[in-house]
Amino acid sequence: MSRVLSYVEKDTWIHRLSGVTKLVFFLLWSVTSMITYDTRVLLVMLVFSLWIFKASKTSWKQVGSVFKFIMFFLFLNVLAIYVFSPDQGVKIYGTKHVLAHLAGNYDITKEQIFYELNVVLKYFTVIPAVLMFIVTTDPSEFAASLNKIGVSYYIGYSVAIALRYIPDVQDDYAKIKRAQEARGIEMSKKAKFMDRIKSTAAILFPLIFSSMDRIDVVSNAMQLRGFGKNKSRTWYSAKPLKRNDRLTLAFTVIFCAAALIITFTNGGRFFNPFT
Amino acid sequence: MKKSFGVKEVVAAGIGTALFVALTQVQIPIAFIPNTSLQPRAALLAFFAAVYGPVVGGIIGLLGHALGDALIYGSVWWSWVFPDALFGIIVGLFAGKFQMKNGGFAGKTVALFNVVQIVANALAWVLLAPVLDIVIYAEPANKVFVQGVSALIGNAVVVAILGTLIGLGFTKIGAKSASLTEED
Repeated sequence: MSRVLSYVEKDTWIHRLSGVTKLVFFLLWSVTSMITYDTRVLLVMLVFSLWIFKASKTSWKQVGSVFKFIMFFLFLNVLAIYVFSPDQGVKIYGTKHVLAHLAGNYDITKEQIFYELNVVLKYFTVIPAVLMFIVTTDPSEFAASLNKIGVSYYIGYSVAIALRYIPDVQDDYAKIKRAQEARGIEMSKKAKFMDRIKSTAAILFPLIFSSMDRIDVVSNAMQLRGFGKNKSRTWYSAKPLKRNDRLTLAFTVIFCAAALIITFTNGGRFFNPFT
Repeated sequence: MKKSFGVKEVVAAGIGTALFVALTQVQIPIAFIPNTSLQPRAALLAFFAAVYGPVVGGIIGLLGHALGDALIYGSVWWSWVFPDALFGIIVGLFAGKFQMKNGGFAGKTVALFNVVQIVANALAWVLLAPVLDIVIYAEPANKVFVQGVSALIGNAVVVAILGTLIGLGFTKIGAKSASLTEED
């Protein structure tokens, strides 16, 4: 149950940036890479992503297992796109260059390969940004930065509580699972399908009801301390914006705007090398 | 805002999200269909939405899915994040009707819960998710609809079995006010 990314304290300029900066960067970056299918823009973004990832001094140990997992899903997705729609690329780019014929409707076309390459590129531009954001941002600062970009501090607190309790809930889950297994429920692949649903219920029940107790305890404690009395609140872990933050923010906004302008002045979201 | 989203809801949304993220890794593989699995977290989302209402349901769906994706898979697939939020909001809108907190979750309300969850699942996975997939990621239509329909079936089954069971269990231990009747 420990294959989860988490914040690791290091001293790089990216770690020193305020959480607000990193959150804004992460959101704008993923929106831009979501919208654009322009290969040139994606390639530039990829280079930046890799550079930022390197600058954050993230080690392979921190993200390796998650990365392998992503590659597996990426592979499945690319395969599924081809199986379901071998002509998607032809539809998008409007030409058809057949490289090889497989069977039935299944041709390998240049357009399809190019389209799927773009899908892969989109993944690769976002992954380093997500990984970087998670491993370099202190969770308690994350809540403060949400509040700073205009999200109600109630919701900021929900996020802080969620991040704080994920490891606890995972521990609870593991404990309950072991206890139930000791009592004889079968969780492995040997069990039948209906049995597996039943044994999942046997874990979920205590997990959810103990969490409901926890909700009562935590919310009572917060109420006693007067949570929600004022319209705003200050944050212990918030970092003020410094020169580097302002530079990064300015760069992000300008870069994303430029990327979108380049994407759309070419007549649509797709860069077409075939015409 | 104050009334429908107080301290308790803040904490419920937070811990609900933590549960949702933790349960992201808990999946029941379906033996006869490769690479598909039932996700117990859908039942959790439906249950929390049914107990704490639409705001909590929406937050758990949105945050839980986005955080869970980011922390465990390292990337966020936005077109599947919003359907989970929509599902939480729709189920949460009927929270008052299910009467889970005061012990009235039985018979008719169980049926209502299941009708609502199936409609919400259909709207989320067969309508919103594929449309977002096509608009945002320009994925092939037939692929995303097949994925959407399998998500609908999987989630509807999970919520119907596990969600209903959790609701019944909760309504039993929470049955304090149902023993009192209002005087006319």
